[in-house]
Amino acid sequence: MLTIKEYVKAESLAQAYELNQKKVNRLLGGMLWLKMQNTQINAAIDLSGLGLDFITETEDEFSIGAMTSLRSLELHEGLNAYTQGAMKESLRHIVGVQFRNLATVGGSLFGRYGFSDVLTMFMAMDSYVELYRAGIVSMEEFAAMPYDRDILVRILVKKTPRSFAYLSHRNTRTDFPVITCAVSLLKGEPFSQTASASLDVPDASFAGERNLQKTFVTQPVRVCFGARPHRSVLFTDEASRLAREISEESIEAFWNDVDEKLVTGTNTRASGEYRRHLSRVLLKRALLQAGGKNV
Amino acid sequence: MTITLTLNGKKITDQISADCLLIDFLRSHGALSVKRGCETSNCGLCTVFLNDVPVLSCSMLAARADGQTVTTLEGLQDEAEEFGAFIADQGAEQCGFCNPGFIMNAIALLRENPSPTDDEIREYLAGNLCRCSGYEGQLRGIRAFIDYRQERSRS
Repeated sequence: MLTIKEYVKAESLAQAYELNQKKVNRLLGGMLWLKMQNTQINAAIDLSGLGLDFITETEDEFSIGAMTSLRSLELHEGLNAYTQGAMKESLRHIVGVQFRNLATVGGSLFGRYGFSDVLTMFMAMDSYVELYRAGIVSMEEFAAMPYDRDILVRILVKKTPRSFAYLSHRNTRTDFPVITCAVSLLKGEPFSQTASASLDVPDASFAGERNLQKTFVTQPVRVCFGARPHRSVLFTDEASRLAREISEESIEAFWNDVDEKLVTGTNTRASGEYRRHLSRVLLKRALLQAGGKNV
Repeated sequence: MTITLTLNGKKITDQISADCLLIDFLRSHGALSVKRGCETSNCGLCTVFLNDVPVLSCSMLAARADGQTVTTLEGLQDEAEEFGAFIADQGAEQCGFCNPGFIMNAIALLRENPSPTDDEIREYLAGNLCRCSGYEGQLRGIRAFIDYRQERSRS
């Protein structure tokens, strides 16, 4: 059972950060997963008054506030146009509309859950999180980081020209996925890009200390597996197996590379072996779909 | 702590504990249509509208509804009664326990998308579990209601 002694609606990120440094206190996202836990919380810190429920789109990027609901992401026309519907596909199987109206993108990503559709989808994009203290961190770097007491403020998605596909397998509809696979292919040549941010949230007191600019080389191929059932993991085509064409043969060669590194585990939903088998199937279908081939 | 919210058109102010869930607050203020079901955010029995958006009241702190507008089935009496008659006509409910949450979410669907396809209906209502019916009767009831509304708007 979840018990909470005090509810604090944060008035600034600085206040929320300060309160969150104590282990007995917890930040609230949508609190859907938190509510399932048997835990005692001293102060539940609510960020919903800080204006972090937004999706803005410019020519170069999307900026998504941490308190944006999964339903808002699912319905966002710009995100769905950019991802060719993959964003919606990654979200529409998560429980129900009422659940997705409560669940927040910040909560979903910060938990780096071993069942996450959301993390898998964002890792296939050129995306970054903006953390209150640590600044901008690439999504794949963030996914591998240990848990800390920082605050995820927003997500940045660079609009690099990519084609996307998202697939998942569930034992029953609305259940946690057994395995998820998101793929994106760069249209044209790789190039470097800069992700930068300026805080437009009410409190910027840490701005001088934070890393607010980072340069990354965008990868031609980004393949992400989630619900392994461990944290999502990214594979790029280091051996350029897919550089010339997307075909069944080139995908098989790429899969052989992935197969050596992909770790899948067993839980009540599926065995590691079954997940590995499904990974190969979903990878092939997703790459063919993103590559514009008939599946 | 003290919260003030508008419940079915009436302003309510009350003292609550920090971990009071919205479902408990609503039931203690007479909204007994709001049912406690799975307690794992899966079944949709506890669906209410928060500022006209369907949410799970079993998974939300009442404190977060402070200053907001909450609507339960009691606040949608006429709309719900008309729709509910079509569900009953199809024999789409047996025990009826899922019905309040199901009707709330069906109303949300039809407000958002007045002419949904069968697949859109199934997808929108995927978060409302019914352990009696198999869902086909509910689908027939929604279709019949949509047809009735379209017929009425034409005449």
